[in-house]
Amino acid sequence: MSLSGTQGLLARYDPASFFCELLGTPAHPLEHARFFVERLDQLDLAELRRRATDAEADLFNLGITFTVYSDKDQIDRILPFDVIPRIISASDWAHLEQGLVQRIAAMNLFLHDIYHTQRVLKDGIVPPDLVLKNPNFRPEMVGLDVTFGTYMHICGTDIVRGGDGVFRVLEDNGRTPSGVSYVVENRHLMQRAFPDLMRNIGIRPVSNYGQKLAESLADLAPRGLLDVQVVLLSPGVFNSAYFEHIFLAREMGVPLVEGRDLVVENDRVFMRTVGGLQPVHVIYRRLNDDFLDPEAFNPTSVLGVPGLFRCFKKGNVALANAIGTGVVDDKATYAYVPRLIKYYLDQDAILPNVETFLCREPQGLKYTLDHLAELVTKPVGESGGYGITIGPRATKAELEDARARIVAQPENYVAQPMVALSVCPSLGPNDIAPRHVDLRPFAITGRSTWVLPGGLSRVALKEGSFVVNSSQGGGSKDTWVLET
Amino acid sequence: MSNLLSRYADATFWMARQVERSEDLARILDVNESFSRDSRGAQNWHSILKLYADEERYFDRHNEVSAEAVVDFFVLDPEHPGSIISTINAARENARQLRPLISTEMWQQLNVFYGKLKAIPRESLTEQSLNRICTFIKEACQNHAGITEGTFYRDEGWHFYQLGMLIERADQTTRLLDVKYELLLPSIYDVGSPLDVSQWGALLHSVAAFHAFRRIHPSGMTSATVAGFLLLNQRFPRSVAASVCEASRILDQLRRDYGLNAGSVAADHLRELEEWIARNTIQSIIAYGLHETLDWIQRELIIVTQGLGEAFFGYVPREA
Repeated sequence: MSLSGTQGLLARYDPASFFCELLGTPAHPLEHARFFVERLDQLDLAELRRRATDAEADLFNLGITFTVYSDKDQIDRILPFDVIPRIISASDWAHLEQGLVQRIAAMNLFLHDIYHTQRVLKDGIVPPDLVLKNPNFRPEMVGLDVTFGTYMHICGTDIVRGGDGVFRVLEDNGRTPSGVSYVVENRHLMQRAFPDLMRNIGIRPVSNYGQKLAESLADLAPRGLLDVQVVLLSPGVFNSAYFEHIFLAREMGVPLVEGRDLVVENDRVFMRTVGGLQPVHVIYRRLNDDFLDPEAFNPTSVLGVPGLFRCFKKGNVALANAIGTGVVDDKATYAYVPRLIKYYLDQDAILPNVETFLCREPQGLKYTLDHLAELVTKPVGESGGYGITIGPRATKAELEDARARIVAQPENYVAQPMVALSVCPSLGPNDIAPRHVDLRPFAITGRSTWVLPGGLSRVALKEGSFVVNSSQGGGSKDTWVLET
Repeated sequence: MSNLLSRYADATFWMARQVERSEDLARILDVNESFSRDSRGAQNWHSILKLYADEERYFDRHNEVSAEAVVDFFVLDPEHPGSIISTINAARENARQLRPLISTEMWQQLNVFYGKLKAIPRESLTEQSLNRICTFIKEACQNHAGITEGTFYRDEGWHFYQLGMLIERADQTTRLLDVKYELLLPSIYDVGSPLDVSQWGALLHSVAAFHAFRRIHPSGMTSATVAGFLLLNQRFPRSVAASVCEASRILDQLRRDYGLNAGSVAADHLRELEEWIARNTIQSIIAYGLHETLDWIQRELIIVTQGLGEAFFGYVPREA
């Protein structure tokens, strides 16, 4: 008897010991997606494949692509799309949502604290050097107030689910997280390709993300303005997330600007228009802190706007996210977030972290070095999967290399057990097969926090692979949150 | 007051020009194929290199003028910035920048168009397939124009789009006339011969003007009537007169509706062209010199473009 208990397409689907997002485990079967599994089971593999091919052609034609530029050519690549959705029950989502709201509240309070009185450091909750020596800590921000005390207006949180079915936070992305455009476009794609599979199912909508973002950005404008001008600041077409910048600018109906379109005069920001200089009040920037303002930060940046920080400091322009949030989405600070939740909110974390060993702490370092071959080790300040060593998959030489780097700079590393990521039925070359997935929900915070129902489910399309990054064979799935 | 980014206005103007230029180039190549089925074949292909002032670039890479080499150079050569594939790619990159402004369909069509051009094997482009490929290009450009007409929001961006399209069209028509007129000027032996007439007919066909021309000149066809029609006819949409007058009207409307004070240089020069057209006949133009006149119009259009650039697109003023 198979896990699905069906006779059709899914009869031979076997997730082995992994937790399946649609079916659960033999010991803990899930019921919320049963109706969908039965529908899917009736489909024909060739038909499914034909529709998948059409859907991917659609992505190309619509230019839902990231572009790889070489010397003389540009190649448009799509993020591969797997047509079988990941389905989250209403109760699981309520739990995730509460956990995210709580976590983001604590992180914003922490940011406010470290850029003001630094109580959390004085009380010994977080080691001062972890914050003050962090390259992403911006001393320029100390003493500055931001609207609603919100620093991380847009946050993408990576969540994984292990064999026990428990959702855990793997990583916070509180600088310029990307991927939300795929959440919305995947849904549109699904609606075009599979109207039959989606019929009469109450799925929480995702298409209002742009509207929610526009509203909360407009809320940040300096007080008393009638005509608020919001813009989205992009590094330009060479950025791999450029499609997303276009998408969000379109959804919000705001200009997509580059640094060269903006100019500072009298500590105010203006954009260059055909009618001359026009004021700008809120900037959703998809540019890292370093590049924002060559006068204040990296002096070699040509992507930013000279003088922007001055305008921000005077309260003449709002930035989302605020400057200096990188100190909290750092992989070492991450380990302290459950303690921050306790400290600021006096609550236990609703969503636990993945167990994390801090190499800056003697026991953590010892455990890490003793168990290197079982652990995933990560440098703390990097993102995008750079510098990670996956112990169980590493060669001896790679492990020795990691060991040397950790011993040389223990404060720069953390280690985590390898999470046996949950799986979801996915379209393989010959059948429906289990593939590992993670989840990145997106939250918008202004006065309060709103979480887009669902998020980006990234899927490792190679059999057995745990790596969901698009650069290494990862794709994505539509993610449904059920209404009931 | 307008809040259209200068960079967007610039990209819109050029996207329109690039698609218009591609269509015109496809028309010229297509019709040239029929021109060149005579003893002057090589000369005809050479004239296209002259038309686009591309002789130097061409002879950097080719030793002699052949139909295959010229066609490849102008259609699919990705190294040639003036080829159709490069021009459509440039239009597509402008459209990519403009996606917050333009409709999804406008972007998608250019994106798919470029993809199809890229998929054409270069060796498959021969004299035999040229008509089919040129027709495809022409239709794709017309498809773009239709989608634009039907979906582009009528704000400042639309005005800049129209200006780009019209200025390019006027410029292309002057170039076409300039080169072909010289080439087709009848030698004393050819006047009124069947060859002469068929060549002028082909020129009209290349800009889809044959039937319109016949409606106002039911019989006869001379170099002067053809040149006069393409230069001065107010009702034919690809004529210099129609393009210039419409551009002038669009620029006035743009400046008035959006309260834009800048742009007077471009507006003045367009008005001057308009008045000049009203004052002249093809006889007076030929008496003065057609080549000199066309050259002057082209220079005026460059001044208009630079004027728009300095007023609206953030171009640095040229040294006087």
